[in-house]
Amino acid sequence: MISLAHYIVFGTVLFCISVAGIFINRKNVIVLLMAIELMLLAVNTNFIAFSRFIGDPAGQVFVFFIMTVAAAESAIGLAILTLLFRNRRTINVAELDDLRG
Amino acid sequence: MSIELLAFYLFASVAVVAALGVISLRNSVHAVLSLVLTFFSIACVWLLLDAEFLALALVVVYVGAVMVLFLFVVMMLDIKVAATREGFIRFLPVGIVVAVVMLLEMLALIGVRAMRVAAPSDPATAHGMANIQWLGQALYTRFLLPFEVAALILTVGLVAAVALTLRRREGVRHQDAARQSQAQARDRVRLVSMPAERNEESRP
Repeated sequence: MISLAHYIVFGTVLFCISVAGIFINRKNVIVLLMAIELMLLAVNTNFIAFSRFIGDPAGQVFVFFIMTVAAAESAIGLAILTLLFRNRRTINVAELDDLRG
Repeated sequence: MSIELLAFYLFASVAVVAALGVISLRNSVHAVLSLVLTFFSIACVWLLLDAEFLALALVVVYVGAVMVLFLFVVMMLDIKVAATREGFIRFLPVGIVVAVVMLLEMLALIGVRAMRVAAPSDPATAHGMANIQWLGQALYTRFLLPFEVAALILTVGLVAAVALTLRRREGVRHQDAARQSQAQARDRVRLVSMPAERNEESRP
């Protein structure tokens, strides 16, 4: 029988993989965006698992909203990315320092 | 080992391997395709959790729309692979250490042993409903206002994406519909008052 622990550990492993991806790929914005998507998916898996085991639909509704926001976020992120590439001819994170932060 | 557990291990291991591929593959197109495989496997895991609607929405929305968008962008941009791989080896140990430490901390924090509870019967079926009906009843009653806000967020995202990438080129003639419709007769025709006849003396 699949217990709650299986799903929680699965979500945790996915989340840590995407954190490692953000640390490793410091140069490529596309991989950074994909790692963020993966993180959201890992969190969504936790939400659905708890919703199923507690028996409350609120968790699944929240996943619905997270997916909505993630879709809008990736659309805007990719729009910014194409804009950056058009102006700077690069997607290297280290070179995108116009704001001098 | 039941067939469910076997299926879970299969889908989970495929998802984890594909996720490792996403962060380590050299070619961005391959990384995006690996992410598609991850999404499919996670959708299968969600099916095991009786969340049929969300699993199908994941496939339709993410694989069908978001990933295609990613693929378009990756293929349109001319990315130099070598430049984006700089520092991969240098940051690899740091990334692995951070990920492993974080994983151990999280697992210690949530207490895996306390979570070893078996699943109760499907709550949707217990209410005599399908999953989508169970979800929809919550969505359109308790969460109606957040649902409307989500629609607004999608609209704002759509407008923002178009507004960001819209480009006004210099030196290209194009119509300005607002100025066209604002034009009035006095902008186009100038009435000049002048005598209809001239005197004979003034004629050269």
